[in-house]
Amino acid sequence: MSDEHEIEYKGYKDLPLSPIATGKSLVFKTGGWRTMRPVIDLEKCKKCGICWKYCPDLSILIVDEYPKVDLDYCKGCGICANECPFDAIVMVEEST
Amino acid sequence: MKMVLSGNASAAYGAKLARAEVISAYPITPQTKIVEKIADLIANGEFETEFVKVESEHSAMAAAVSASLVGARTFTATSSQGLLLMHEVLHWASASRTPIVMVNINRAVAPPWSVWADQTDTIAQRDTGWMQFYCESCQEVVDTMLILYKVAEDKDVMMPAMLSEDAFLLSHTSEIVDMPEQAEVDEFLGKFEPEQRLDVENPMSFGSLSMPHQYYYEFRYKMAEAMETAREKILDAEREFEKRFGRSYGGLLDLYRCDDAEIVLIAAGSMSSTIRVAVDEMREKGKKIGLARLRVFRPFPIKELRELAKGAKMIGVLDRSFCFGYEGAFFTEVKSALYDMENRPLVKGYVVGIGGRDVTLDVIHDVINDCMVTKDTKDEPFKWIGLKGGEQ
Repeated sequence: MSDEHEIEYKGYKDLPLSPIATGKSLVFKTGGWRTMRPVIDLEKCKKCGICWKYCPDLSILIVDEYPKVDLDYCKGCGICANECPFDAIVMVEEST
Repeated sequence: MKMVLSGNASAAYGAKLARAEVISAYPITPQTKIVEKIADLIANGEFETEFVKVESEHSAMAAAVSASLVGARTFTATSSQGLLLMHEVLHWASASRTPIVMVNINRAVAPPWSVWADQTDTIAQRDTGWMQFYCESCQEVVDTMLILYKVAEDKDVMMPAMLSEDAFLLSHTSEIVDMPEQAEVDEFLGKFEPEQRLDVENPMSFGSLSMPHQYYYEFRYKMAEAMETAREKILDAEREFEKRFGRSYGGLLDLYRCDDAEIVLIAAGSMSSTIRVAVDEMREKGKKIGLARLRVFRPFPIKELRELAKGAKMIGVLDRSFCFGYEGAFFTEVKSALYDMENRPLVKGYVVGIGGRDVTLDVIHDVINDCMVTKDTKDEPFKWIGLKGGEQ
């Protein structure tokens, strides 16, 4: 699959039959939609992976056994903070 | 081989003959027998297909779209409320360019509850980008299903198609059907091979987003173009079908004794058979009357209608549906097709058969008699025929 964000078509004649996307969804960075950002307290984190499991946008990465938020794609839904049994994640307002 | 089949069973056998690979359908009166017959054929080992049981018509169409995107020949069937529930996904099917074939049994829409013949359900889907065919006999159902797969899957068309049968009048009427030979059908249809499909080896996502400055507008233009192309493809497919199987149905507009007709009635579905009888009677009395059966509503047979209108003095359009706040849909569209013709005939609308009210020979006689005395339509562009308590 292509890493190109957008293929430029000249006109209707060179369009594919129906609206298909051949680019990876990775090119659509959705982090800009966020108003609240999850902040993880690694002192409280027990590395259980529940936040990683629940994130609907695959935006919790596991780096050196600990969760790390991928801010390029995290939309700030807060599910990770809600699900964390150890209250290790808090939602903080994005500065404008 | 000749078989005695109902309109519903004809649809099931049509799917079998076309070798539909995926069928997702939800039962609803009066379409239920289609689903049951398909289940029978599968259980008896006569029909190898993937039957997907779904919880609603919305899901039935969603499953059909997905199956078609993978490259499977897909069939579904519904009626009335079920078709209305599908409405959103009908747009998904056409704009995803999935050549699904669906049989809809034309049934009235509630309230009051009515399971009888009325074409409001399909007329309400006019703008969904589906081809629409209205059938008159069980033989026509089987044959048209094969023609529809041929047209829908054509690489220059790739649009879905619905075939309509009037509730009970066709769905539950048994007739002798000459079943086409499977080998002949296989040769006629070939395999469904879409140029783009959902494929794990060559991943792409379908139904993606288009910003206003991008290509949404152009994708819609391509659909409009495909529907225009479909006109010719329908005629081609029917010619090829006739060559192989010896039957044809008049293309988009099926003309019966129209050659020198001064009065032409336009109608769709089962009432056409009654009109044929009335036309024969009138012809015996020397009255020049013909029938133009609207076999295809989308794409609309504009060329054929204009050709027909050149010879006629009066056209009566019978609608088994009504668009509230205006008039019957067939009536509106026939008039618009003729609008800029010089010396166009008078066109008058007749609302009949709503909610399954029987369209008898008497009703057709009333329509013909009215056509004969109508001199202009300024004060009364259309009429409800047989309205209880209304003027007769």
